[in-house]
Amino acid sequence: MSDITKQSLSELVENIKCKKLSSSEVTKAFVERSEKSKELNAYITEDYANALNKAKKFDEKPNLDLKLPGIPMAVKDLFCTRDLRTTAGSKILNNFVPTYESTVTQNIWNEGAILMGKLNCDEFAMGSSNETSFFGNVQNPIDKNLVPGGSSGGSSSAVAAQLTPITIGTDTGGSIRQPASFTGTVGLKPTYGSCSRYGIVAFASSLDQAGPMAQNVKDCALLQEVISTYDEKDSTSIDFKRNEYSKELTKDIKGKKIGIPKEYRVDGMPKEIEDLWKKGIEYAKDCGAEIIDISLPHTNYALPTYYIVAPAEASSNLARYDGVKYGFRAEGENLIDMYEKTRSEGFGAEVQRRIMIGTYVLSSGYYDAYYLKAQKVRKLIKHDFDEAYKKVDAILTPSTPSSAFKIGEKTNDPVSMYLNDIFTVPVNLAGLPGISIPAGHDAKGYPLGLQIIGKAFDEQNILNIAYAMEEKINFKNNITDWWIK
Amino acid sequence: MSIDLKTIKHISKLSRISVDEKKAEKLAGDLNSIFDFIEKLNELKTDNVEPLTSVAETTLKLRSDEVKSKNLRDQVIKNSPKENEDYFVVPKVIE
Repeated sequence: MSDITKQSLSELVENIKCKKLSSSEVTKAFVERSEKSKELNAYITEDYANALNKAKKFDEKPNLDLKLPGIPMAVKDLFCTRDLRTTAGSKILNNFVPTYESTVTQNIWNEGAILMGKLNCDEFAMGSSNETSFFGNVQNPIDKNLVPGGSSGGSSSAVAAQLTPITIGTDTGGSIRQPASFTGTVGLKPTYGSCSRYGIVAFASSLDQAGPMAQNVKDCALLQEVISTYDEKDSTSIDFKRNEYSKELTKDIKGKKIGIPKEYRVDGMPKEIEDLWKKGIEYAKDCGAEIIDISLPHTNYALPTYYIVAPAEASSNLARYDGVKYGFRAEGENLIDMYEKTRSEGFGAEVQRRIMIGTYVLSSGYYDAYYLKAQKVRKLIKHDFDEAYKKVDAILTPSTPSSAFKIGEKTNDPVSMYLNDIFTVPVNLAGLPGISIPAGHDAKGYPLGLQIIGKAFDEQNILNIAYAMEEKINFKNNITDWWIK
Repeated sequence: MSIDLKTIKHISKLSRISVDEKKAEKLAGDLNSIFDFIEKLNELKTDNVEPLTSVAETTLKLRSDEVKSKNLRDQVIKNSPKENEDYFVVPKVIE
């Protein structure tokens, strides 16, 4: 089979289960395509030889009852993988080799999948374009010199370019949904507490969630089913009844009430986005959903709130990088000098900027004015959603205010970069699940995504709505393999 | 509001990140534009709003106080930039 890498995860699983394909054949195909795709810079660390060995071992004694039998997979380099370097896209972790495995990745290997390598991302997941990575830009397979979104930019690029059948990312303010939107792929940010944060390099602990990034909704549901487990190693993991998301997936969404929040019609929103949203509403109606206008009055305050809460938590989380216990160390004249040089040389500009913002808003005399204020506004934002969900089952919005932009276009203006996350950030602040599905193209032919936001723990419902709409939208990604010589 | 160079130096000290003059100036510019954007929150009256500290409305689970992991010394020390036998090595602290 020459077109192995063109198959979806669900097709590959089916073909391995009925023995039409072996794990070795599948793994070899994805490794070869990944090797031919170095120009995309999607990988930080490749582990191909081990992957091929593991595939061979799997084939010797295949367990075909598993959910991901012998499926190769590359993952975002924010997940700790035992004995394989984990960098978080940072110089400060350039030589860090974890001695333990993240729960989410362990769940994936337990179902038979095989690690192919670690995917590029913005440094400590702080960025919306993958340009803050110490390991360089990632190319969007849609077009040359186009950003793949961020922070899970290596993940979105690798899935769209079919270097991996599926992958996982993390999402603190949009880091799964925005890159999915930029690359014509599907990305789900689960409810806060759904997927364990154990072994994920921490950015902002009250916002971070891991989630699947896939070529279609069905694959996304299957991986969500695997990664979402209660974990006592994460004190914020929530013990709730999880669905078998892929088995319970249905296109029957008749009578579902879908809310359209008027505050998401932001000033200066391109007409293409407005049109896409209108089209999305028509698709939802075609599927039998009922459309209801709603209000989320504090939407405009979500980004300023996020840019207090996330840096504050980051400044605290990143205090651990001190050049003593692990990672990069710069020599200094004394202990303090060593700390300061290590952190100044080890962190990139965006990470330093955010640590400084966070330190400032938490510092003596400013805590009430900024951090406490932000926590109060966060309450109001969550309350908006609570009120809306008295009337509707889910909410439909655009995923991003624009399509993918060129590399370098927004690097000099942090605020314009932050505006990318205007539609995704409120979802993290409220701890809700959200999914981005590809829904159309702009005039340049770049993909655009729609976001469906659900009630807490209602992943099944938004997956179902996405599944039904996906069929109506019938999106085709236009990828020419321009990077393969 | 304006963040001046003195404040940048102060934050840099608190953050344990060294900054030279050039970097301090760039940071002051960036932080001022970010805080201009953040100031929008002052439009809202929040006197009677409870702060939200966690979106997960559950109480922390209790567990018994048992040692579950075996001796992890080697694993803990494995990634250190500099060690001596069982210890992390840092520049001399006590004169």
